[in-house]
Amino acid sequence: MIEFDHVHKRYGEHVVIDELSLRIDDGEFFVLVGPSGSGKSTLLRTVNRLEPVDRGTVRVDGEDVATRDVEALRRGIGYAIQSVGLFPHRTVAENIATVPRLLGWADAAIRARVAELIDLLRLDEPGIADRYPATLSGGQQQRVGVARALAARPRIVLMDEPFGALDPLTRESLQHSLKTIQRDSGTTILFVTHDMDEAFSLGDRVALMLDGKIAQVGTPLQLIREPADQRVHEFVGGTRTRLRELAVRSVRESARPGEQADGDALDIAASLQDALASMLAQGRDRLPVEEHGRPFGVIRLVDLVAPRP
Amino acid sequence: MRAILPAVALLALLLVLPFSAPVFHAGWPALSHPLYTRTSFLTLTAAHLSLVFVATLVAVAVGLSLGVLATRPGGRSLLPTVRAVAVIGQTFPPVAVLAIAVPLLGFGAAPTLLALALYGVLPVLGQTIAGLDNVPSAALHAADGMGYGRWRRLWEVELPLAAGPIMGGVRLSAIVGVGTATIGSAVGATTLGSPVVEGLVGNNTAYVIQGALLVGALALTIDGALGALERRIRRLP
Repeated sequence: MIEFDHVHKRYGEHVVIDELSLRIDDGEFFVLVGPSGSGKSTLLRTVNRLEPVDRGTVRVDGEDVATRDVEALRRGIGYAIQSVGLFPHRTVAENIATVPRLLGWADAAIRARVAELIDLLRLDEPGIADRYPATLSGGQQQRVGVARALAARPRIVLMDEPFGALDPLTRESLQHSLKTIQRDSGTTILFVTHDMDEAFSLGDRVALMLDGKIAQVGTPLQLIREPADQRVHEFVGGTRTRLRELAVRSVRESARPGEQADGDALDIAASLQDALASMLAQGRDRLPVEEHGRPFGVIRLVDLVAPRP
Repeated sequence: MRAILPAVALLALLLVLPFSAPVFHAGWPALSHPLYTRTSFLTLTAAHLSLVFVATLVAVAVGLSLGVLATRPGGRSLLPTVRAVAVIGQTFPPVAVLAIAVPLLGFGAAPTLLALALYGVLPVLGQTIAGLDNVPSAALHAADGMGYGRWRRLWEVELPLAAGPIMGGVRLSAIVGVGTATIGSAVGATTLGSPVVEGLVGNNTAYVIQGALLVGALALTIDGALGALERRIRRLP
């Protein structure tokens, strides 16, 4: 659990974080989204004390971070950044092992954990563990960066635009890996991005940050359907918000059980955006829906256009 | 190969020179003593080498420490001054440093050692600062975020990544030391400069050539060895 309690910070005259309060629950994938200069990265870095606060309190699991030993605090929190920051003089395995080594894990435990992470992040190219960062692609480097952040099984992981420099395909693949790992491990993730699509596809809850304040916090659907004000509405997508909504809603909530239709079937976990794309591709206005490979029902074009499920 | 060839040449010279009197006699028939025999070439080389070795060791200790201190948060205010001194210092000829050292320490090996060490600090210092400044900031930021302590970060991240440039500074320091130690003979130190100085004073060209050959081979040998070490360190896998 991470709590921000009336956190305030300024650089000179400029207020970066303005009396901000926010609570992130255990096991939550929480995304801070906002334009450059909104203070989201600064806020993230107050959690592991890379940025000190001027006023207010940041608590991790109920404890004020300012009272904790700073190195112990940081070793207990995973950290991944856009520029990755792998150590060029260390191999992939050594990079991943960084925090376990700082924590003094036994060699055998470190080796086992590194192997597990290489597998988990699909770094499955033969011999990759012994290669140096300079020989990896950008996507592979960031996979190593994420593996390094997760290595010591931290309960909280901070991620500062980790996928910002990757091409769209690589980014999507990494988002998928991360989301799966987070769901399976129950890790609390605080994730910063300026990309609204990324925020909505990853976040259980999303906070839109503007000028050092939280403009609105809620589930992706809440931000889309019930924007707190005009600025939130514009950031969420203006007139294109309905398209965004299709991306965050799943076929499950709109499918009609029991009915039958022709065409290539959709999985029930797919998004309505996937459903629309598939209908357009197949030239049909209704498609069969499957659950675990077995027929479930049908989704129709009108279900996508209908204002509520 | 670049490292081995000069070493072989140096060894060969040390073996052959003591028996080369007929050759130098043929070249300079007017000289009554065409071969330098006051001290053996082996002793001269060993003295020269140990002078340079000790001076370089001192230079590395001082230069590395100063460079590290100047790049720590607390020492940042000193950085421009230290950097300026390092740059200006290197434009200062070593002979001048030697000239200043004599009135302080008298004649002999002591002023030579002081001059060598002082002058040797500068390349090490300059390269330490440059190397530490060029460590990728993302790696430092990540190290901080993962909970490295300040000194552990220096030891495990910064120094290994700056090792290439630092080794370049050590090499430069040692090479300049070999040259400067030669001049040390002018103020009474026993080095490979002794035959050179004596030859120049006594108009004995053969002595000058014998000393110069050995100094040259020694400089190339040290440059080759340290260069090989530097390339090994710099070779980021």
